[in-house]
Amino acid sequence: MSVLTLTIDGQEVGASSDQTILDVAKAHKINIPTMCFLEGLTPWGGCRICVVDVEGAPRPLSSCTTHVTEGMVVTTTTGKLESYRKMILEMLYAEGNHTCSVCVSNGHCELQDKAQEMKMDHVRLPYLNQNMPMDSTHEHFGLDQDRCILCTRCVRVCSEIEGAQTWAVAGRGVDSHIISDLGTPWGESDSCTSCGKCVQVCPTGSLVNKGNAVNEQIKKVNFLEHLLQMRGQ
Amino acid sequence: MSKVTVATVWLDGCSGCHMSFLDMDERLIEIAEKIEFVYSPFVDVKELPESVDLGIIEGAVSNEDDLKKALKFRKSCKFLISLGDCAINGNVPAMRNKFSVRECFDRAYHENVTEHPIDPVGEGVPALLETVKPVHQVVPVDLFVQGCPPSADTIYYVLTELLAGRTPDPTTMTRFGA
Amino acid sequence: MNLDELNEIKEKQKKYNQSFDSYIKVCVAASCKSLKSDQIKDAMREKMDEKCQVKGVGCLGLCSKGPLVSVTVDTNKQILYESVKAEDVETLFNATCKKEAAKLPQCSLDQPFFKHQQKIVLENSGEIDPEVIEDYIEKDGYQALLKVLNEYGPEEVVREMMDSGLRGRGGGGYPTGLKWATVNKARSDLKYVICNADEGDPGAFMDRAVLESDPHRIIEGMAIAAYAVGASRGYIYVRAEYPLAIERLKRAIRKARSKGFLGQNISGTSFNFEVDIRLGAGAFVCGEETALIASIEGKRGQPTPRPPYPAEVGLWGKPTLINNVETFANIAPILRKGGAWYASIGTEKSKGTKVFALAGKIENTGLIEVPMGFKLRDIIFDIGGGVPEGLKFKAVQTGGPSGGCIPEDLLDLHVSYESLREAGSIMGSGGMIIMDETSKMVEVARYFMEFCKSESCGKCTPCRVGTVHMHDILDRIAKGTGTEADLSLLEELCDMVGQTSLCGLGQTAPNPVLSTLKYFRHEYDNLIQKQEQPQVNQ
Repeated sequence: MSVLTLTIDGQEVGASSDQTILDVAKAHKINIPTMCFLEGLTPWGGCRICVVDVEGAPRPLSSCTTHVTEGMVVTTTTGKLESYRKMILEMLYAEGNHTCSVCVSNGHCELQDKAQEMKMDHVRLPYLNQNMPMDSTHEHFGLDQDRCILCTRCVRVCSEIEGAQTWAVAGRGVDSHIISDLGTPWGESDSCTSCGKCVQVCPTGSLVNKGNAVNEQIKKVNFLEHLLQMRGQ
Repeated sequence: MSKVTVATVWLDGCSGCHMSFLDMDERLIEIAEKIEFVYSPFVDVKELPESVDLGIIEGAVSNEDDLKKALKFRKSCKFLISLGDCAINGNVPAMRNKFSVRECFDRAYHENVTEHPIDPVGEGVPALLETVKPVHQVVPVDLFVQGCPPSADTIYYVLTELLAGRTPDPTTMTRFGA
Repeated sequence: MNLDELNEIKEKQKKYNQSFDSYIKVCVAASCKSLKSDQIKDAMREKMDEKCQVKGVGCLGLCSKGPLVSVTVDTNKQILYESVKAEDVETLFNATCKKEAAKLPQCSLDQPFFKHQQKIVLENSGEIDPEVIEDYIEKDGYQALLKVLNEYGPEEVVREMMDSGLRGRGGGGYPTGLKWATVNKARSDLKYVICNADEGDPGAFMDRAVLESDPHRIIEGMAIAAYAVGASRGYIYVRAEYPLAIERLKRAIRKARSKGFLGQNISGTSFNFEVDIRLGAGAFVCGEETALIASIEGKRGQPTPRPPYPAEVGLWGKPTLINNVETFANIAPILRKGGAWYASIGTEKSKGTKVFALAGKIENTGLIEVPMGFKLRDIIFDIGGGVPEGLKFKAVQTGGPSGGCIPEDLLDLHVSYESLREAGSIMGSGGMIIMDETSKMVEVARYFMEFCKSESCGKCTPCRVGTVHMHDILDRIAKGTGTEADLSLLEELCDMVGQTSLCGLGQTAPNPVLSTLKYFRHEYDNLIQKQEQPQVNQ
């Protein structure tokens, strides 16, 4: 680990070499939108919303996975980057079946928030209308694949924090989907400890507590930060 | 000064957006001084005039009649608004898109009825399209006002901005599902 | 084993291989073998007397004329018979042992296909028996390894590679010497060398041919690389769809170990190196190096963002050198003859030779090797024999699903990493698909996008969802229902997916669309304006 200097949006900032661009930007109150990233989990770099321009790089890099280097020159916001991010949101909306008005997470959804933040007011792409299954076999929780954006936070929190490794991704391409215990229904999972961490970190209404009506599902993602503090990390 | 002509239409939706329009309450009087409804569920006009200043569409395009109306609106209206989630993303009506029309018919008119199972087709009943589509995937749309329904405040803001000759940014006030 | 012992084997094998009156070489690589050439070989071996050597060899190149059988009766007079069948064995016997003229279709060895190639990677291909290590040793095999182990320090090997100017043959074209230097400098108790043999481009079969025809070349290349970068373990990641290559690799590893080219204290030095095979389950994305590493680790074959590069953080977090089959195939000759020798071949920035797989609408489908800087037109019309059935050439697709289509006007370009990139395509691994005037370019783009869509791993949004939408738009345009708005959305998607995708698969997925839009835009426009019949599946 070494101390270094870089430039973000014209601002010269100090950082240490074990930090990512996103870490440094956050520390300096520079907002970079994220979706799959969650403080406390290993960065995934899959949603691509947090891409930023780095001088010398042939194309934008995901700021959550790219470590800072000495003299790096980063630009977090350009018209082009904004249009890319907006298109990513359109893609996520077109891929799933996000009917916000009847969703338990309506009003408390990170996808919804991002769409508003980035002024994504309609989806130009045709909806894929995929028929995704639902798993409500668990006593306390439900999984609605229609609302899943494949951020894999549930997979990561289950493996990295709870250590149960119940969740995984199956299928490839647009057929990718979350499965519990190699495809057994969640309710019959041997590895699931019913801790509910996956529900709390899920950014949308895909993983939810049972018994909630529309607008009622409020997630407590901050428990991770609390855990980290307790562990002195 | 002549009034701005406005046409509204209710496609596949719950009419909640039109209700929300009425929820502007006393502000309707102020608005009514500047606009004139030339075609709308609010008024008793059966034909859409050939030229209208502002068109507002509530609801998704689900059947052939919806499609015809959307095309007509685009042709007549100088400025077209998609009002509410159904018009913008299909919303609840589009939840049938996971299934074929046949499956929907079977479920609704055969499996779940005890008397006279029959397909709702025939003269006077517009045929359903294979998938429910947002308005902008059928005709170009100029402004999108999200919400289920968009609040009266949002609609008031959008209208007053347009009347003032400015282009409003509804995302500052509303979102999908709002 | 030391150099003297090696030379002893070499001389012995040479003597043995010259002790016959006549020689028959039957190609037993995948293409000819699929036409039962191995049975022809066995039948001949049964039939011929002990004065005739019957040998199964690797790819002779001209796959479209297979099964190929080369017969040498008088030294220096080689005859190549094409399309040989099982019932021809008798005739061949008479031709060889009784020296009667055989009335079988012959393939001229004076034709440009054979005359105008320059072989380094394929030098032993079609010459040696891939299952006999002594045959490889006879052709100077393992000389480079022993020389390097006894005479060079690792840094000297790296310098030699730098001097050679060799660039990665897997597609990216990253300077091999530079990659080696990075891994060499990385500090770690454990380092790995991986051979990427997950060849997946449609119509490409260069790596397969090398593995099937000359597997020891790869093992020697990997061992030299391991010595240079300080690695002690190696993996060959080969797709399970190449059973013959896997079988020959396994045998080659076993033989190399028994002769002491792999294992502990190789050639009496402190250098240890073991090689294992890992099979890929057929996912195209596992050819991407970070996904390949994940797959070897037993994880889902998905890429991770770079940096960090595998040279720093690779297999199980250790510094890892990943090179492609063809890159490793170049190593032994470079160390044998020197980096300067290699650098004297090719263009200023692209050195050496390149193997190409010719496929599609071309007379001579098969495998060729030419120096970098060779004119594209000569590859297609001279070596390749041009387009069959009197049809006109339209375009050549290079670089697989990551590449692009190059039209007639640009055929005079000299093949190099730079020139192909400038033309809107890429070198890629070396697949060339030739298209004639009947090819529909929107349909070609749609085909490649369908490939990318079904091979996308699903990790990142732009590739996972973007390829589906790009495919659907291309499908609409090809069917005649596309609009101007579709076309502009397609162009926007191409830019966005190319710029924001996580790995090379997504980043290059738009290339076939972009290059056909660049050179054949009128076909898109005509379909949208309904001036042309819909382009349906060819």
